[in-house]
Amino acid sequence: MAAAGTAAVRAVAVRAAGPRSRLKQRTKRYRLPNLRLDEENCTGCGACVDTCPFGALVLEGAVVRILDSCTDCGACVGSCPSEALILERPKAAGPAVDLSAYKDVWIVVEYDRKGVSHVALELLGKGRELADRLGCRLAALVLGESVSHLTDELFAHGADLAYVVEHAALKKYRTDPYVETAAQLIRKHKPEVVLLGATTTGRDFAGALAAEIDTGLTADCTGLEIDAASRNLVQTRPAFGGNIMAQIVCKRHRPQMSTVRPKVMELPKRRDGHKGQVVKEEVALDDEKFLTKVLEFVKEEGSTVNLADANVIVSGGRGLQDPANFKVIEELAKVLGGAVGASRAAVDAGWIAYPHQVGQTGKTVRPKLYIACGISGAIQHLAGMQTSDIIVAVNKDPDAPIFKVATFGVVADLFQAVPLLTEKLRKRLGK
Amino acid sequence: MHAIVCIKQVPESPSVGIDPKTNTLIRQGIPSIINPFDLYAIEEALLLKDKSGGKVTVVTMGPPQAVDALKEALAMGCDEAIFLCDKGFAGSDTWATSYALAKAIQSKAADYDVIFCGKQAIDGDTAQVGPGVARRLGIPQLTYVCKVREVDLEAKKIVVERLLEAGKEVVESRLPALVTVVKDINKPRFRTLIGIRKASQAQIPMLKPSDIGCEEEHTGLAGSPTEVVKIFTPEPRKGGQVIEGEPEEACETLVQKLMDAKIL
Repeated sequence: MAAAGTAAVRAVAVRAAGPRSRLKQRTKRYRLPNLRLDEENCTGCGACVDTCPFGALVLEGAVVRILDSCTDCGACVGSCPSEALILERPKAAGPAVDLSAYKDVWIVVEYDRKGVSHVALELLGKGRELADRLGCRLAALVLGESVSHLTDELFAHGADLAYVVEHAALKKYRTDPYVETAAQLIRKHKPEVVLLGATTTGRDFAGALAAEIDTGLTADCTGLEIDAASRNLVQTRPAFGGNIMAQIVCKRHRPQMSTVRPKVMELPKRRDGHKGQVVKEEVALDDEKFLTKVLEFVKEEGSTVNLADANVIVSGGRGLQDPANFKVIEELAKVLGGAVGASRAAVDAGWIAYPHQVGQTGKTVRPKLYIACGISGAIQHLAGMQTSDIIVAVNKDPDAPIFKVATFGVVADLFQAVPLLTEKLRKRLGK
Repeated sequence: MHAIVCIKQVPESPSVGIDPKTNTLIRQGIPSIINPFDLYAIEEALLLKDKSGGKVTVVTMGPPQAVDALKEALAMGCDEAIFLCDKGFAGSDTWATSYALAKAIQSKAADYDVIFCGKQAIDGDTAQVGPGVARRLGIPQLTYVCKVREVDLEAKKIVVERLLEAGKEVVESRLPALVTVVKDINKPRFRTLIGIRKASQAQIPMLKPSDIGCEEEHTGLAGSPTEVVKIFTPEPRKGGQVIEGEPEEACETLVQKLMDAKIL
């Protein structure tokens, strides 16, 4: 959406983000966006002003004015009760491809030494539902050097068939050979929907694949459903740190591609003995041609940094006052078998390494339990953790914004409360 | 050495807070900034220039005010700026954006060695434009890079560390390549006085699709495969309860509540 977007109301933009003389160049005034206002119909209710993610709409007297900062994202159009905002899409060229030639739902399988990844199983659950709605098959795409042993697990979680490509060039994930292989298979079998996990690998893969096969891609979806009338996939995703949800469709291109945020879709029930069809595909890959080489993988020490997979995250912020005090956090995390997170303040102060950072410029996490200790809850931090199932906040400031999102709050000095919590949980959990 | 940096101007805050009276978002008056991840991309390009000489070209697409982002990049030490700003680009999704950026690079700065981007923008959060640009240019992509270990311009080789969920992956690639960076990689420098003066005098033309060889049916709203059909504000998460009492007592209650929730 609005990838070219920018923001903020020009007239009141504060704080010099750039040279102060910058406005001079902009002498030529012209209406950039395609968005138009039908002044006759505008009632000045202001609904659109609240909806615009870019602050590009302002009320002037009884009507709305569209500012230069409008990016044509279209967010406002549906919010107007009197249909006064018009975003004329250029005459819809017909479908870019023959839509009816595309069928089946595919999911791209991530795995590691331990087997199929959690997010791939979640995708199978969602994929099954979509395939049933569309009346088509659910297929899993598995690429690697030796991956045939994974297919039973995929069938047990709902796949009807598995396309398997085994090749030495696919031993470790690398963008180019993986994209080339997946693109060949997609061109050959023409799936209607392709889903990937919104992991680092999934997003690296999907971004390149969508460009390669010339189709739309929606990132980091948290909701997917089929519009019965059009068979289009309606993709819901958060933007602006989760403060806005957008529904996106890809009408004229196929396949419809999404990456799906881990831990959002439900894990399907395992059905042992459910069988499917294995389709082995041969793909000609010239390893010489690929220009990247994975030299090594350096696993992070301990298990406390993998925030993406953790069911419990204990995070520390400015309230810790000193890097040594992260020990308090680590001990609680250890008792809970969880990972250690941190606010940006703690990372920027150098108290803990960046991979632990949760929030807008760090990681977005969704554990079952998130315990924020000494974190005030700046909006940038909330953007990274507010969809956690249960949030616990420990902070001595009763007015800290973190308490506004916390399921349970304890107003106390963390140095007193967190060790108490650790001790009590250790006893209860028998550790 | 010629490095290109793709940047985006974004609203400073991911949202802007909720008006407590009307319970709606307040967005007016949010300053626009260079996407934070893009600042690290700019710095990484400048570090390479400090070491190897050459120049850094910064590219953006956006409404007229996005020229400020380019000027800030120039003030930090970038040498040239390319500005895609036209009705024909407005409303582009990531597919159309990466198409336009790739066309701009091919037509205006084709002699590059490396392209840097931020890993994603903080407004859209897609992380899709960098890979899209790389694919269209037919060059390798190295995403989520937290360290550039080595750049050998002679041998056309780069070695980077990629920050993944469970650790770091060390990857070697041929140049030219496109690198997307995370925050940890460096500390962006400040603008210099000389830079600010230079930037303020820079004339940055607004390019339209035909200036960079774009077919208009592939840019902007017309060229975007995806379409936003609805935008809504999710119910804000409701706070729960603050557990009263002295720490000892409060913690006991909390532990009981967590046990009751059956998540441990």
